[in-house]
Amino acid sequence: MTAQVSLRPAPTVSAAVARRRRLHVRWHWLLPTWGWLVILWLSLPIIVMIVFGFNATTGKFNFTWQGFTLQWYRQLFAIPDLTNALVNSVTISVIVTVIATTLGTFLGLALGRYVFHGSGSVNLVMFANIAAPEVVLGAALLSLFLTLNVPRGYLTIVIAQVMFSIPYVAITVSARARSLDPAYEEASRDLGAGPYVTFWKVTLPLLFPGVLAGALLTFALSIDDYIITSFNAGSTMTFPLWVFGVSRVGVPPQVNVMGTIIFVFGVLLALLTALAGRRRA
Amino acid sequence: MNARLGARLAPYWLALPGWLWLLVFFVIPIVVMLSLSTQTGDILTGFSQTWHWQNYVNGWNEFSTEFLRSLLYGLIATVLCIGIGFPVAYWIAFYGGNHKSSLLFLLLLPFFVSFVIRTQSWNFILADDGMVLSPLKNAGLVSPEFHILSTPVAVIGGLTYNFLPFMVLPIYVALERIEPALLEASSDLYASRAASLRRVVLPLSMPGVFAGVLLTFVPASSDFVNATILGGTNTTMIGNVIQTEYFTNLDYPVAAALSFILMGGLLIGVFAYARTLGTGDILDMAAAS
Repeated sequence: MTAQVSLRPAPTVSAAVARRRRLHVRWHWLLPTWGWLVILWLSLPIIVMIVFGFNATTGKFNFTWQGFTLQWYRQLFAIPDLTNALVNSVTISVIVTVIATTLGTFLGLALGRYVFHGSGSVNLVMFANIAAPEVVLGAALLSLFLTLNVPRGYLTIVIAQVMFSIPYVAITVSARARSLDPAYEEASRDLGAGPYVTFWKVTLPLLFPGVLAGALLTFALSIDDYIITSFNAGSTMTFPLWVFGVSRVGVPPQVNVMGTIIFVFGVLLALLTALAGRRRA
Repeated sequence: MNARLGARLAPYWLALPGWLWLLVFFVIPIVVMLSLSTQTGDILTGFSQTWHWQNYVNGWNEFSTEFLRSLLYGLIATVLCIGIGFPVAYWIAFYGGNHKSSLLFLLLLPFFVSFVIRTQSWNFILADDGMVLSPLKNAGLVSPEFHILSTPVAVIGGLTYNFLPFMVLPIYVALERIEPALLEASSDLYASRAASLRRVVLPLSMPGVFAGVLLTFVPASSDFVNATILGGTNTTMIGNVIQTEYFTNLDYPVAAALSFILMGGLLIGVFAYARTLGTGDILDMAAAS
């Protein structure tokens, strides 16, 4: 629509019109080129990751193309430490998603639906949590664990990741809760439903898109987190921690394969969610 | 307990578990870290609370280079993100047509790959004998000693790459909200394209740019993954220092003090920027993106 607007002939001398149209044509060509170049730049490391998962590399470093092989897909779980790290990452993310989504949904519902004492402080703390540098979040929690002599490991990773995920869920759910018409809940109460029935049968289904968005965001943040996790992991390994650990000594091609599988799975999931959303709408 | 009291207490019950988690594992740790940052001692004999604020001075004196370098790298990466990302957001918002969601999706593809692997992938690409440099070296176009890794270019490039989507998204959201009628009006009033861009589009995109700067500058200047994987000894950032102090030197008080200096520096920067811009709805923008 903007294109039509600017094509409208302006009542100026014809030379100026011609010049503007030339500029316009160049603009039309320049912007998409730039956009596609940036998209290509963003995709480059992903393409490299996928391609080099098929590389018949022999040495420690997977830098140069040596020929096509499916060896690394067959020997995907040949490195026990790496497999273990991936399993930890997946199980931690599932646990974190369940806890953070539950707590975040309740918190978001309280913030989006009610006016209560202290809601300002909750908002402030959530904003500080999102805005604070990850290093600081990780270091602060580590300071607590060090002071209380809590050994770091699987459990402390879960604690740390739930901590940084709750605000994201609460914000998406509260935005959704704010846009809900309270009439539905009133109708449910008028029809004799108690608060629990109303919550499970009316409020939660209406909030669901917000809850789902928060859960997906949490899972994505959790499975990918490096900085905060690295401060609170002790000797427990997650997938990003393991990859970071071997980055100086050579990353085995299995990492590319696992990265590719996670990538394909994530993209498919996102596309399916989008398709389902479109069908509903 | 009667029903009305129950209803009045409902928000408190709902908010309580999440609030407690944030209180115990975020607010209290910050207080504990503040206390830790003024303690003295060492790992063997234990640390004791001595209100030794000198830790901050020592931390600053020893690591001011890394601090300033981090802020500088973060600033350059943020400016590059605006420069690279604004035209992309503009393109998608105004020329995306029916493909807006698809283009945004392509822009978000990197998020489906782990941050560490993406950065590691750049290490492959830019390696001294990797796919970019070895053909150039074999062709004699660059000297055999030439390298990109371990230079500020590699680190800043990595930061720009990793945080670009956080800049494009909020700018896109802001541009998308601009009423086409405003541009039409501007054009009807004989504003040139450039004038419309400068006088209408740019001011209206400022909340997006602000959110983008917040989402880019803070994580970029406190990041240490890029500096570790792509950088060398001359590109150490403050995140690296904090990590080393905690895990290698086991000097917890100085590490805690450095974390506070970092947070203070970034907060002052962000608030100064917010004041000059006068943007109030940061949280909304962050949530919207």
